[in-house]
Amino acid sequence: MARKLPAKDVVIIGLGWTGAILAYELAKTGLNVVAIERGPWRDTATDFPPAYAQDELRYAVRLDLFLRPEQQTLTFRNNASQTALPIRSFSGFLPGNGVGGAGIHWNGQTWRFLPTDFQLRSHLEGRYGKAALPADMTIQDWPVTYDELEPYYDRFEKLCGTSGKAGNIRGQKQAGGNPFEGWRSSEYPTPPLKQGLGATLFAEAARKTGHSPFPQPASNLSEAYVNPLGVKLGQCTYCGFCERFGCGNYAKASPQTCVLPALLRFPNFSAQTESEVTKINLDSTGKRATGVTYVDTSGQEWEQPADIVLMCAFSFFNVQLMLLSGIGKPYDPQTGQGVVGRNYAYQTTSSVSVILKDKILNPFIATGAHGMIIDDYNGDNFDHTGLGFVGGGYMGFGQTGARPIQTRPVPKGTPKWGAEWKKATAETYQRACSLATHASSYSYKDCYLDLDPTYKDRFGRPLLRMTFDFHDNELKMSAYLTDRLAEIAKAMDPVELVASPRKGPYDSTIYQTTHNTGGTVMGADPATSVLNRYCQSWDVHNVFVPGGASVFPQNHGYNPTDTVGALAYWAADAIRNRYLKNPGPLV
Amino acid sequence: MSCTTSLQPTRRLLLCSAAAFFFVGTTLARARTLAGSLPWEAGTATPPVAVRPGPWMFFTADEAAVVEAAVDRLIPPDNRGPGGKDTGCAVFIDRQLAGPYGRAEGLYTRPPFMPGAATQGYQLPDSPAARYRTGLRALAEYIKGNFAGKSFRDLAPGDQDTVLKGLESGSIVLKDVKSAEFFALLLANTQEGFFADPIYGGNRDMASWRLIGFPGARYDYRDWVDRHNEPYPLPPVSIMGRSDWTVKD
Repeated sequence: MARKLPAKDVVIIGLGWTGAILAYELAKTGLNVVAIERGPWRDTATDFPPAYAQDELRYAVRLDLFLRPEQQTLTFRNNASQTALPIRSFSGFLPGNGVGGAGIHWNGQTWRFLPTDFQLRSHLEGRYGKAALPADMTIQDWPVTYDELEPYYDRFEKLCGTSGKAGNIRGQKQAGGNPFEGWRSSEYPTPPLKQGLGATLFAEAARKTGHSPFPQPASNLSEAYVNPLGVKLGQCTYCGFCERFGCGNYAKASPQTCVLPALLRFPNFSAQTESEVTKINLDSTGKRATGVTYVDTSGQEWEQPADIVLMCAFSFFNVQLMLLSGIGKPYDPQTGQGVVGRNYAYQTTSSVSVILKDKILNPFIATGAHGMIIDDYNGDNFDHTGLGFVGGGYMGFGQTGARPIQTRPVPKGTPKWGAEWKKATAETYQRACSLATHASSYSYKDCYLDLDPTYKDRFGRPLLRMTFDFHDNELKMSAYLTDRLAEIAKAMDPVELVASPRKGPYDSTIYQTTHNTGGTVMGADPATSVLNRYCQSWDVHNVFVPGGASVFPQNHGYNPTDTVGALAYWAADAIRNRYLKNPGPLV
Repeated sequence: MSCTTSLQPTRRLLLCSAAAFFFVGTTLARARTLAGSLPWEAGTATPPVAVRPGPWMFFTADEAAVVEAAVDRLIPPDNRGPGGKDTGCAVFIDRQLAGPYGRAEGLYTRPPFMPGAATQGYQLPDSPAARYRTGLRALAEYIKGNFAGKSFRDLAPGDQDTVLKGLESGSIVLKDVKSAEFFALLLANTQEGFFADPIYGGNRDMASWRLIGFPGARYDYRDWVDRHNEPYPLPPVSIMGRSDWTVKD
């Protein structure tokens, strides 16, 4: 039996990037805010101090900071003819766990989507004609434009102190930046990181082959920085332990380093950890939420009444909770009707590995997001006429460290063990590097999320079920992009080059990215979206999904976090400036 | 809508929640209410616990002998440095199997267990510890039956390699065990032990890091990031430090 707690103005489900930003923005107005977080409290000094943060086995292999499947997982199948089976240990993607969420273990790659990405369907149909898009592709325009979001991108980057070089400031091209990016209202808060030899060689090869390399925008900071909340971040030491790790140097932007020290000072904010929200409660009309129910570690159920419910969990779990709470119409892939779970998308990545002659690359000197990149083949930055696909991605050198349990390149044909393997491993480590493409994943009628009919979580609730596979459009795109990258890699004069374009079927056991998008899509039409342009539920007006990647209508050729952060600020402004004055549907 | 603009103290709620959680007790992770400031307390960090030399904690003596022989073929000693046995790979695997990894702690282990496509991942109820126990038993039976009653450790290195290759390819069929899957697990754990921080019992004297030129837990390369093509000058360091940093009595 749930025990009822005193009412709050706002209850936030999940205290990662979006939860922390919304909590800060709303607590600032004086609202009473409580954030309920499934995982533990985490902080630099106790969870990943420099005394032992650089532990590859613990963090990168045994996945100490990540969601444990016994807490929550999902089932997976490639298509509806298969029986979905549970992901018993995470490996293909790695949801975060605890305060800070995936904002702790990310690499810091801080990309904006292209202006045309926000009008994807109308842009592509306008340029190539309706027939250019596959019939089962369900991409759609965003309900916001790049111009509307630009100030919010700017705010999130200033929160993080992102290091980079602008390529376009208010329409003026800037030498050394990304010539394809949308306009920026200002330069990056901190200058670009220094580059190692591998990235420098890639950039030379890219220039030689007629491309425009630039430093990857990184929220691993090139210098110490005080953000607008008054929180100070440190300088990155290029330690090579970003991806899957917490930063012991306070140099990688995260809710811990950017928001929480300021947020926890508000007397009208509190966080409830190790407590999982099991349901959003609705009133008898089903059109208004009355709060949430959560379970603590003792098994005690609590009811937390609130006027506003903000769903700030990792994308999958926003979708699951919405389905379990009966908010919005579940998607039916047979009819194409319904919206919750629709337009699940991912990311399409590939690699080109090269071994150079007589080079000392020191590949362990790295950050999660340094490296030199080209954007010539992203989005619609290149003419797709006659190519047989739409979409694209960035590519370049972005090696995030060479921690040796997981990164030990050897020439092709080397045995996997024994004397030859040992010799090849020793002789190759210093002169090999991996180049990557990071490309879009458009949405399709048969790629979706729903509730699993068989498997249950620890509370007896159905697991979320993912049905997903790569489509021909994405595989053709990956082949094209990987060929372009291999051409550049050849100009690095390697002694060996192996190009590995993405092939189907999608394999949930091979790590690609944790960029799982869609399922609670924002849009202009309630028939094809769960949320309106302010990330507000069409059906239950006091429920918002303020910016998590589950709101993306499809995924573009960039990492999601910058857009997630921008949308969080966008939604926070809408709640503060519009919803509080007149609670009800904003559209 | 009762969006109050006063900064209402939440202290009463806090106390009431804290009281509710006071008697929870047994699990390490406990629901907490945080408010007012960052909840730093002394002694709450969770540093790794160093593996100590000593008796086997998971393997029987016979199992350990087989694993020590196998890891020394997977990573043989040569003029570049020691092999799997002398770097402690078997000790590493033993301690991992005796701990949370061996018990599949934290994984989703609810039934039903059904076979699936390779893209759906491991779908059996057996933990890593159970897989080693049954795998090593089946291997011992196979060797006994095919090599005149011998054990894996008694075979000549060439024969040991032949057996390992047969397991890797699946051409050797073990009773009730998928040989290729068992081999893949053994190889992955051996290489984890060889390359992980020495604090976990393998990679003794940071031998693997010296082999490839990885400096370990150095943590600050600001003065070397743009010194292109120059070898990094300092020797590797572990989370535990280096033996030559320790004050000798």
